[in-house]
Amino acid sequence: MSVLVFADSSEGKFKKTAFEVVSYGKKVAEELGTNLVALTINGGDASELYAFGAEKVLEVKNDLSTFNAKAYASIINQAADAQSANVVVIDSSVDGLYVAPMVAVAMDAGYASNVVALPSSTAPFTVKRKAFSNKAFSNTIVSTEKKVIGIAKNSYGAHENAVSGTAEAFSANVPEMGVKSESVDKATGVITIADADIVVSAGRGLKGPENWGMVEELASVLGAATACSKPVSDLGWRPHSEHVGQTGKPVASNLYIAIGISGAIQHLAGINASKVKVVINTDPEAPFFKAADYGIVGDAFEFVPQLIEKLKAFKQA
Amino acid sequence: MKILVCISHVPDTTSKINFTDNDTKFDTNGVQFVINPYDEFSLTRAMWFKEKQGATVTVVNVGEASTEPTLRKALAIGADDAIRVNVNPTDGFLVAKELAAIVKNGGYDVVLAGKESADYNGQMVPGMLASLVDFNFVNGCVGMEVDGTAVSATREIDGGEEKVSTSLPIVIAGQKGIVEEKDLRIPNMRGIMMARKKPLNVVESSGVIASTETQSFEKPAPKGAVKLVDNVDDLINLLHNEAKVI
Repeated sequence: MSVLVFADSSEGKFKKTAFEVVSYGKKVAEELGTNLVALTINGGDASELYAFGAEKVLEVKNDLSTFNAKAYASIINQAADAQSANVVVIDSSVDGLYVAPMVAVAMDAGYASNVVALPSSTAPFTVKRKAFSNKAFSNTIVSTEKKVIGIAKNSYGAHENAVSGTAEAFSANVPEMGVKSESVDKATGVITIADADIVVSAGRGLKGPENWGMVEELASVLGAATACSKPVSDLGWRPHSEHVGQTGKPVASNLYIAIGISGAIQHLAGINASKVKVVINTDPEAPFFKAADYGIVGDAFEFVPQLIEKLKAFKQA
Repeated sequence: MKILVCISHVPDTTSKINFTDNDTKFDTNGVQFVINPYDEFSLTRAMWFKEKQGATVTVVNVGEASTEPTLRKALAIGADDAIRVNVNPTDGFLVAKELAAIVKNGGYDVVLAGKESADYNGQMVPGMLASLVDFNFVNGCVGMEVDGTAVSATREIDGGEEKVSTSLPIVIAGQKGIVEEKDLRIPNMRGIMMARKKPLNVVESSGVIASTETQSFEKPAPKGAVKLVDNVDDLINLLHNEAKVI
């Protein structure tokens, strides 16, 4: 018996979520009185995972140059089999969400996604999951012997827990893949909404695309990703890839700053997993003020430039 | 081309979320149910294949009789027929297995679903279904074309998009982008009249046992009131010292 976590990586570097799943898996293994095994596929340096509690790291090195869900699912299943893992923990990155259901079928495991906390009980195995677009939680019992647990982004967090680990090569068969990558179009050098600790988002209150300079500057000072409301992307002021909200990208950052966004319920549904929310809006009745932790009732054109200047000074101090 | 579109019956986004029976059941009282918004994008794409490439479109829901108005709405939008699997959809794996039984018997080339449902947001069913029936699978799909048996698709990845090539039969988990919001259709009177006469077949469970169950629901602790400040110095101070996020 063991707990297996899949530590996902991109271009040979572990994703932030890799450290989160290792931290989580370590605690679950302790509660079950068993050991933790971390699996990497063309990943980073195993010692980075030892720092979060991975005593044993299985390294798959092969010629898969990009993520392929079917291949990854098969490799994770083969590793789970080889390690007699009854619990497999996977992150909620785009790739993790793609692969986890396939792993669950391969293992014939019950699957709980969107898990936000350690199991409240291991017999029966009970986990707390987000539901209803973050408006509620469901305490779910996974009743099968084998279990796949999907960890919601930025929920459990990464917790340092250094152990002396060992890494070993794991050779796995790669099945016929079925879906072939033709090209990847990815902005380089910008922080993505999925990875960002801080997201700076703006809405129609900014009046036009020509006014986004200050949003980008604020994001750059904070090391943040930029995002926008749905009307802004519908109007073509900003690319669709920046649209956050229910039908756009979900946001689960530490800090979400909403500038000139009223806070329609569909917008809030997509961003309310963020931990701290700040709103700047001229309208004190804007619904966002009910969802926010901190707010300024005022004009973005007055306060955002001030915020940029003061933050620059703050960062230098 | 035979297309199956999976439809979830979910509370409208503006619904109040409450629970009954000691917090074990979702309180449907006064709640308006709709076609899951993510499924609606995929259904609309299926309509395009029907009109441009002569595909037939079946919609399916795993749910109890109360979900039939949602299936009728999908028929009013233009699907040819509907199937309801008469099971309470308590677990994603259970839903996927019930759908797999439908897919295996139906001879479908394309199964379209939304990437997640607006109630449980689990993102479980499409990938499980694809694995169960051994179809190709594209998740988070924002564009797809079918040419003969060849499929080209675009999926969203962190920070960009990936173009992939694959083939029928396939399961597609779509989202906004597979069609745009302006392409979504509101059923017209003629569609609603016609939908009443279209077949809606009820089938019983294929005998699947759930692998998870909800023990209870809970709501997040009520949030404190917003702290209003009137200058950016105070804001930076609070974010640094109180919230500790900068």
